[in-house]
Formats: sequence, structure tokens, C-alpha cells
Amino acid sequence: MNRKLHIGIVLLVVAVFGFGAWLNFHGDEPAESTPVAGMVVNVGIGGPFELTDHTGARFSSESFAGNYALVYFGYTFCPDICPTELGQMAIAIDELGDDGARVSPVMITIDPKRDTPEVLSEYVPLFHERLIGLTGSEEEIRAVATRYRVFYQRFDDPNYTEYLMDHSSFVYLIGPDGTIAAMFRYGTPPEEMASTIRQHMKAQS
Amino acid sequence: MIKTTITALALLATLAATPATGHEEKTGSFTISHPWARATASSQTAGAVFMEIHNHGDTDDRLVGAASPDAERVEIHGHLRDGDVMRMRRVDGIEVPAGGTAVLAPGGFHVMLMGLKSPLFEDTLTELTLTFEKAGDIEIEVVVEAAGATGASSATGKMDHGSGPMKSR
Repeated sequence: MNRKLHIGIVLLVVAVFGFGAWLNFHGDEPAESTPVAGMVVNVGIGGPFELTDHTGARFSSESFAGNYALVYFGYTFCPDICPTELGQMAIAIDELGDDGARVSPVMITIDPKRDTPEVLSEYVPLFHERLIGLTGSEEEIRAVATRYRVFYQRFDDPNYTEYLMDHSSFVYLIGPDGTIAAMFRYGTPPEEMASTIRQHMKAQS
Repeated sequence: MIKTTITALALLATLAATPATGHEEKTGSFTISHPWARATASSQTAGAVFMEIHNHGDTDDRLVGAASPDAERVEIHGHLRDGDVMRMRRVDGIEVPAGGTAVLAPGGFHVMLMGLKSPLFEDTLTELTLTFEKAGDIEIEVVVEAAGATGASSATGKMDHGSGPMKSR
């Protein structure tokens, strides 16, 4: 790994923590939008992946090649944060009109134990008719999440019969070359996602 | 103990009459504004209900519990935001100060339905009993919105209820 890449990663980590601190400071306004929207990410995070889709077939991120994907890491037992983000992604894609067809919405579960292809197959059509639900073995999910710098952790409370998942909530825009073109923080308005995607499409054409 | 039920008819009438504020019910010193839930898939066992609770009285109160005939267990949950990490946790209650409002909204507090006995279908109603420390039980009916909704449709100006909500059970 070269020196520039190292510096890039350090800068990204600093940026993420900086925004975290900013968020904590403004923690009483949960719906606040997004200083990170469209943040350009050109260091070595992300990359190709192969998982199992909601039909049970193996799915490779290579199938996005030349087009875009909006990728969210979440779980179906999540009643609030994940539906919010998936709903916003769907609106953003619809907002793009015909260009929306070039963007594949994707949810990668961070709870593969509960989120089998069967569970995902009933869940994903609620949000968008093209939403792709992806699951895999614990190891496969851990590997993809690690490469996308997604934090997740099971939380068990003695009072619960069901466990919850703590997780970082970003929507990733994957560009035609398969790298992350932008990241959107929780609460980014769909119009803003759409306009960032449009800018990337313009820059590519 | 105050017990009030909003009928579907009253709900529709309110929706039609005041699209800007959604449906709300005043009972005793409380007004519950546009309670709504997200539609769920049959494979989902958890759902969330959101609303605004206005306390017009002179006494501070707390929402301490809830119950639903559609769920095995109902809890009040909030989110701790740790940077960009969301940690959803059960809370003991939500303060509703005298003259104040408690907001249950995406990203913040919600009433969590766990062990759903049947899916929540969009454009239906589901019953919910809210339990307050002092005011006791208040029964409301909750409008089920789209799975990816971020607010009550009547509160966001989207009026697509068509023939109107139907009971889900």
C-alpha cells in the first residue's frame, strides 16, 4: 500500500470521526441532513463482492458494471432506521426519472442469521420493485461490511427475547467502475441523493 | 382511567377535513396527533408506530407502556446515536411535560411492536393502547403507511388513501 493511500485512509477516518463528533453535538436533531452528502471517497474502501440474493441465487457486484448501485447495510428486524433509508433510496431513484433505471438499489443484511433469502424476498418489494436483497454466511457478510467500513454488532438485552443490531447507517453510491463514488449519511434528503447521482452521471458522460 | 376509541369514520372525516394536520384525538388533557405505523412484510416480526403526544394539562406525565392486539409484546424504543452508529434501545418511558409535546418520529422514539401476529398492511388501521403513568390508558387507532414512509401521509400532504383505511383484522 503506498503512502498516498495511507494518508487518504487517515483523512477519511478523521473525517468520519469529525462528523461523528459534529453529530453528537447536534444529537437532539435526529432528522438533520447531511454534511457528508456526496462526499467523495477515493481511498481503498469498498470493492467487488459476491453474495446470495433474495431469490437464493449467487449475486456478483460485477453485474452493476457500467452502471450505478445505491447500497445500504441494514436488517429487516429494524423497524425505523432501515425502512427510512430504503424508502429514501427508492424516492431518490424515482426522482431520477429514466436515469433511475441505471441505478440498482441494494440492501445487504448485517443480520444474516434472521435475514435468509426467503425473509428478504418478502421484504424488498415493499420498498422498490428493483431492490436487491443480499445475504450470505456470517463470514461473507463480515468480509463485505469490513471492506465498506460498516460497523455492526449484535445487542442482547436480558429483557429481550429478540436481539437488536447496532449498525452504522450510510448509503453508498457505487459508480460504473465499481468503486464508491459517494456516501450519504442517515437523513440525507432523497433529492440530494438524486442530484449527487445526476452530477456523477454528467461527469461520466 | 380515560378510555377513548377513535372510530374509522371519525378518522376519515378528520383526514378529509384537516389534511394539513392529519388525524388526531383529544382525550382528557392529551391530544395524540397523526399516529402512524410502517407497513411490514409477512416475514417481518417487528413494526414501529410514530405520533405526537400533546399534554394540555397542568400535570407532567410519562408514556410508560403500550399494548396492541396485533403484537405479542410492545415496547417503547429510542435511538442512541454514536457518531453514525445507530443503537436502538428500550426506554422506560417518554416524558410528556405539562403544556409540552413528546415527539415519536423516525430516528428518535417509537412504539415498537414485537412478535407481530399478522403483517401491517398499508392503508389499514391497527389498534394501540397507550399507558400513561398518571392519565392511565388511552386507546387510539394507527394508520398504516407505506413501508418506506417517513411521516403520516396526511401530515406530509400526500393524500392517497383512496377508498380509505380498512381494519387489518
